[in-house]
Amino acid sequence: MQTLVAGILLGGLYALIGIGMTLILGVMKIINLTHGQLMMVAMYIAFWMFELFHIDPYLSLFIAPPLLFALGVGLQKYLINPVLKVESILPHNQVILTVGIGLVLQNLATIFFTSDYRSTPVDYASSAWYLSDLWAGTPVEISLSLPWTVSFCLSVAITLLLWFFLAKTDTGKSIRATAQDKDAAMLMGVNVSRMQVITFGLGAALVACAGCLFLPIYYLFPALGSQFTLIAFVITILGGLGSTIGAILGGLILGVFESMTATYVGMGWAPVGRFAIFVAALVFLPGGVASLLKSKKLTK
Amino acid sequence: MKKLLPLIILGALAVLPLVGLNTYLMHVIILAVMWTMAGIAWNLLGGYCGQVSFGHAAFFGMGAYTAGLLMHHFGISPWWGLLVSVPIVALVALLMGLVVLRLRGPYFVLATLAIGEVLRITCENLTPLTNGTLGIMITRTWVEKTPYYYIILALAALAFVAIRVIIASRWGYYFVAVREDQDAAESLGINTTLYKTIALTVSAVITGLAGAFYTTYMGYIDPQVVFSLGEISILIIMVVMVGGVATQWGPAVGAVIMVLLAELIRSIPRLGTAYQTLFGILLIVIIIYLPNGLVGDFHKIRRIFRKGAA
Repeated sequence: MQTLVAGILLGGLYALIGIGMTLILGVMKIINLTHGQLMMVAMYIAFWMFELFHIDPYLSLFIAPPLLFALGVGLQKYLINPVLKVESILPHNQVILTVGIGLVLQNLATIFFTSDYRSTPVDYASSAWYLSDLWAGTPVEISLSLPWTVSFCLSVAITLLLWFFLAKTDTGKSIRATAQDKDAAMLMGVNVSRMQVITFGLGAALVACAGCLFLPIYYLFPALGSQFTLIAFVITILGGLGSTIGAILGGLILGVFESMTATYVGMGWAPVGRFAIFVAALVFLPGGVASLLKSKKLTK
Repeated sequence: MKKLLPLIILGALAVLPLVGLNTYLMHVIILAVMWTMAGIAWNLLGGYCGQVSFGHAAFFGMGAYTAGLLMHHFGISPWWGLLVSVPIVALVALLMGLVVLRLRGPYFVLATLAIGEVLRITCENLTPLTNGTLGIMITRTWVEKTPYYYIILALAALAFVAIRVIIASRWGYYFVAVREDQDAAESLGINTTLYKTIALTVSAVITGLAGAFYTTYMGYIDPQVVFSLGEISILIIMVVMVGGVATQWGPAVGAVIMVLLAELIRSIPRLGTAYQTLFGILLIVIIIYLPNGLVGDFHKIRRIFRKGAA
């Protein structure tokens, strides 16, 4: 039971990472293999905000995501968009390009911040709520770590905000139109290349949010990026490419599955479980969880 | 003349150790030849067949561990491991092909990436068999570098010839057909799955051989190096991207540039691991300005120089 709760809390955060990637993938049809590195950059921003100005990582939600939005816009505008136009033999140049960007980000971080593991010493890091405090006669004892729970709730809030943005605003509608059919959207007067730039920025900002939420509960080191890139694409595939709801479910499934493997098989095997579920999803459920949701309204 | 070029180059490379290069230079040259071999292998699958693999470290590591484990557990010379690695890697590639070759485009990229990582983590965790993250140490056969050089040169030359023959044959045209338009190829009656499997297996076996050689040459392997995403899978891709996708000489040019660059930067004190930053920048620049690599876009470079001269 405790494992399940921990898994769901972790899954909520994973979902946030996955949504950013799935958004980029859905709109631009490219895999962003620098996703985790962007998150790492956001975490370093939040970390230094805490070290230098004692800004709580949660308050960095107002600092890191806008900065990462700008970074994402810049990357898309000056690096990725030009490559999309270039003629080449390989069709996957953009993917390899994002790997290059990731390499640069990760190693710059290593040069500037060394490869030491760091963590933010927030004073609430180890506090927790116990179910028995709220409900004296509870049959199962469950503890909810304070930072985990706060992060989870904020991640849900951010997801709702994003959903509102995509569903209600003009820009959001244009992004969705671009994702559905680029050519049709262009004919309808949507500035497609601008939408792509915004989407990449938005994806970067979302993963920056996840970074800020992860900081109070996780270690920070430059190589962390590649690990989270892998997690992000596992979630994306698991959820079904380009489906937001799918990414949320994928994140939750992965979170629960991982915390189960870690508890019952062993810590070191958790990543193997992650990839086993990934390959299984690719083979048996290529459409992801989204294809299981029959209602068109849900999958958007 | 053009037909004789490979022979001339091979001849020049064969007499190279007689010049009396120092040990360090020999080491750099051996590495360059080894990466050429790996690049040639990747190029067959990625460049000609259009299946971009981010998981070649899986084959490299399989080869390396086959040689290493035989020596470690049974005391069998790792040179036998070189031979044994061929069927083992081929089998793994076939099994892998069953799963990943059904996928296309980005799905394929991601699946190969995942399988490489799965093998790395499995290897790290199977401590009784593989010594886990501690790695395996074996004694090297020779102290001097020259014998290693001739062996890897022979292997690379063999790989070069094999790929050349395959590309010039009917298979080669099928591969390119799959790359250009898989559906069209299928509608013409080409069994695309079969040809993709062939490309994957040949590519994997050559990469595995390079891996097995790595064990015998370095004398030490651990999962984080031989199954590494950054240091093997991506480096192989970079070798091909920099040199030239789907060109004969691309991997060789790319390997020489990458190895020299890595060693040059590494020799500058205080830069340390920074060489990967420069790799990343180089990769970005190449993709934007020379998407087909130095060899593939040679006419572009020549034009720039001619303009400069005029």
